[in-house]
Amino acid sequence: MPVPAATGSRGLAAFVQPAGHRRTAGRVPPCTRALARRALVAMAAVSALWAQPAAAGTVTVVTSFPKELTQAYKTAFEKAHPGIKLEILNKNTVQGIAYVRELPVGQRPDVFWASAPDAFEVLAGAKLLDNIAGLANKAAPAKVGNYPINNPDGLYLGQALAGYGLMWNTRYLAANKLPAPRQWADLVKPVYFGHVATSSPSRSGTTHLTVETLLQGEGWAKGWTQLLQIAGNCAAVTERSFGVPDGVNNGQFGIGLVIDFFGLAGKFSGFPVDFAYPDVTAVVPANIGLVSGGKNADEARKFISYTVSQEGQQLLYDPKISRLPILPPEAMGGKAPQGYPNPFEIAKRAKVQFDSDLSESRYNVVSALFDQTITFRLKELQAATKAIHAADAALAKKPNPKAAALLKDARDAAYTPVVDATKVADKDFLGVFAASKKDAAVNKRVTALEDHWNTSARQNYERARALAEQALALAK
Amino acid sequence: MTAATAGAAHAVRRAGLRPGVWLAGALVLAFLLLFLVLPVGRVFHSAFVEADGSPTLGHFGAFFSQGLMREAFANSLYVAVMSALLAAVIAVPLAYFTVRFDFRGALLIQTLGVLPLIMPPFVGAVALQLIFGRSGSVNLLLGDAFGITLPLMEGLNGIIFVEAIHYFPFILMNLTVALRNIDGAMEEAAMNLGCRGWRLFWRVIFPLALPGFVAGASLVFVKVFDDLGTPLVLGQTNLLAPQAYLRITQVGLEDPMGYVISVIMIVFSIMAMALSAQVLRGKDYATTQKGGASIQRRRLTPAGSFMAYAWIVVVLLVVLSPHLGVLLLSLAQVWSFSPLPDAYTLAHYATVFQDSSGMIRNTLLYCGLAAGLDVVLGVTIAYLMLRTTLPARQWLDWVATASLAVPGIVLAIGYLRLYKGVTVPGTEVLLTGTWVMIMLAYAVRRLPYALRSCVAALQQVHVSLEEAAQSVGATQLRSIRRVVVPLMAGGILAGFVTSFITAAVELSATILLTSAESQAPMSYGIYLYMQSVAGRGPGAALGVLAIAVVAVGTYLSHVVVERTQSRFQPAARENNA
Repeated sequence: MPVPAATGSRGLAAFVQPAGHRRTAGRVPPCTRALARRALVAMAAVSALWAQPAAAGTVTVVTSFPKELTQAYKTAFEKAHPGIKLEILNKNTVQGIAYVRELPVGQRPDVFWASAPDAFEVLAGAKLLDNIAGLANKAAPAKVGNYPINNPDGLYLGQALAGYGLMWNTRYLAANKLPAPRQWADLVKPVYFGHVATSSPSRSGTTHLTVETLLQGEGWAKGWTQLLQIAGNCAAVTERSFGVPDGVNNGQFGIGLVIDFFGLAGKFSGFPVDFAYPDVTAVVPANIGLVSGGKNADEARKFISYTVSQEGQQLLYDPKISRLPILPPEAMGGKAPQGYPNPFEIAKRAKVQFDSDLSESRYNVVSALFDQTITFRLKELQAATKAIHAADAALAKKPNPKAAALLKDARDAAYTPVVDATKVADKDFLGVFAASKKDAAVNKRVTALEDHWNTSARQNYERARALAEQALALAK
Repeated sequence: MTAATAGAAHAVRRAGLRPGVWLAGALVLAFLLLFLVLPVGRVFHSAFVEADGSPTLGHFGAFFSQGLMREAFANSLYVAVMSALLAAVIAVPLAYFTVRFDFRGALLIQTLGVLPLIMPPFVGAVALQLIFGRSGSVNLLLGDAFGITLPLMEGLNGIIFVEAIHYFPFILMNLTVALRNIDGAMEEAAMNLGCRGWRLFWRVIFPLALPGFVAGASLVFVKVFDDLGTPLVLGQTNLLAPQAYLRITQVGLEDPMGYVISVIMIVFSIMAMALSAQVLRGKDYATTQKGGASIQRRRLTPAGSFMAYAWIVVVLLVVLSPHLGVLLLSLAQVWSFSPLPDAYTLAHYATVFQDSSGMIRNTLLYCGLAAGLDVVLGVTIAYLMLRTTLPARQWLDWVATASLAVPGIVLAIGYLRLYKGVTVPGTEVLLTGTWVMIMLAYAVRRLPYALRSCVAALQQVHVSLEEAAQSVGATQLRSIRRVVVPLMAGGILAGFVTSFITAAVELSATILLTSAESQAPMSYGIYLYMQSVAGRGPGAALGVLAIAVVAVGTYLSHVVVERTQSRFQPAARENNA
């Protein structure tokens, strides 16, 4: 909707004028008239815009994807389908859900397009998605690894594939004389202390998948121990998932746990960064869905089929986008660039066969546990880890059995999750987190549990630090 | 207040309870109800009800039983107090130099001093990371030269550093106006009695300017207490605002705890405001002369001049570093782990002009209207509060001020819920689909700034000036128009500018209320670009444009103030002679 120049300049006039105008003409009485006049100005300005109904054939897309991706699809789709216009509405996933949910039928956007599968589960649960199984590209395999590419109920389709891995800044590593990591397990090494960054599973669906992958690949107890050790080496737990690749790109962090296209796009855009898939990884689809109660469902269907068609999939190869197509490379018309990762190969090689039902069942527990024991207690966890690394180094030089025993206790205290594997398999326990927190009694139980985790974590880390310091003193 | 002035104020107040006053009060109240109280109430409802809708206080019990929440509360308080202190250390000398001494660069300080406010907090924090962060330019250079690094951006200290740099203009602007309004006769009287130097400043000048200082400092306090972007970008989560935000915005989880924190933040912010009002109560700051006879500008001694310039240069360098960071980023091809970018390009600006020129226009339109609305409401509320006996008039102030503590995301969800399905009269367009909602959200969220400035300005206009006007036959409305508002002009303009420039960087409500990219203002555009590797350059370029646009606007309004002052000047001199 173009804003007429007149209203624009009126806004400008309102900006520069008040004091002078007021003083010379003595115009603004601080009550009714001025208020009414303001309202009139506003209304007049608005009325110029009212005259524009939502044009027929305009598909509104709510997405969390960056502008260079959406712009590429908008340009290509509008060229392929003259007469249909694409209006992109960029919101982060959470705000996108809130936006769709708060709008009445007939006023909603048409398409929802985002990475996190759980966002689509939320929309599906609220009956906000229409069945689009018929739009799926028949050339796409049913599964990548053993993860279904399209939603089995047909409520959303996989549009691109993504794996998780490690991204690092080559200049940063060189300056700090660090080797490039290859596996998750590398990140627990003392050399990486203070050089790693991650996001939180409660903030970013992609990080949740990474964490869950690790937990499924290594098992609950071992997985958490590794997570806690990595987190202890972290410089920060960022709020946005983009905060991690951004920090690695500009050299604030050395190494980040990221989704592949962040790393690949940085690399192909000329930043001194590199990316690798560790063996424990999972390949899962980013999705697209048709919002029920949108304005232009027919045109929206055309757009969705375009995004999963061969032509639409080829757009993903743009270096600025760097995402993996849902079609196997041989079905891409020979357009795959040299050295481009093949997601189906990675999925085959990957040790983890991702179980989405298991992930779904403990979703809130994993998120809350991560936040309470890592995000909110990062300072204490870092201090404990630093002390443990110091004692470890001293012991390597000058062995001492008593100190070694103390150090082992310190490690156990710091890196044992406060919820064990039997508890997290307990249906009643999981039920508490699945129930509506709007119920005060449920809320009280959940917050009491969270408080318990938080306090225990803090005590554990402080105890671990004290033990490690004792070990260090003995080994000196 | 002394007995005599209290009596005088009372006389005007009694005369003041006319139908017009009631009408003005009702209109302000209606605005606040429709666009603040009801929408927020709609959301806050969640903090007090069970899943089935029956009322409960159980969620509050759950809040206070959590150690993390108590810790977050203490941290928020600490950060807010320390930020206000550091901001005062930066702002008070700057304000004093510019008003008190005759030296070049005063206008520069005033204009540059406003620049921090026009940077969206998250962009400012990103840019400061590039300059002062762990691998920022300063630390890389220090590390190469001396093998040391400064942990300026780490922990709570990082937040205090960024917040003080970001919000000190609140104190600067309000204090400058207050200092300008001090009656020079007071200073002369003090000097006649032998008071000089620091003593003169601390015992006479600063106390007379206290309303401006307290107005600014309390704004800094509440703003920092409520700020979300900075702690999040710096990765600090153990504060109240991030805790509320993290809980409200979790995927698929409508957590009442987030709303409980919002309620607590609102209550606490109102308490802080009430406390600052309490500090000022019982004192009379009004002086009868204005403008022309303001405290005399003096020449500095060479040593004093050197010190003043040194301080100004240091402060300006620090304050402008985020802008420098954004400017470099907007021109950089690749900037990674090096003090300066590897190579430079203008391509990002080309991208922005090609894609997003409408956003600049939208920002000017929405923020101009919102700030205009704010000063009208601000003057009205200030007048009702200080000059009339309208029942419950304090409540207008409290309610308007409470919006400071309302997170943008809460206000936006409130609008979407309250006005769900409401169409613009006579059309089928949804009210929430128009940009009017964005403008109104700006007006509501930035009203407290304009209000504080207007209240401080009106506090300094002695009531006898109005009485004089009315005793020679002016009606109340006329005396407001011809006497009160012109005398408040500086404060009103400060309020307008503050509202405008802070609205220009509003993000959280903008994201939720923007329903089409063509309606989006610049802050949304910057955010949008900043989400991807290839978008950082264009995002920074748009940020530079935003700074330029608002800086020009601020400079223009400053020129207007100067001119206003100079018009008063000759007349005042004649009076003195």
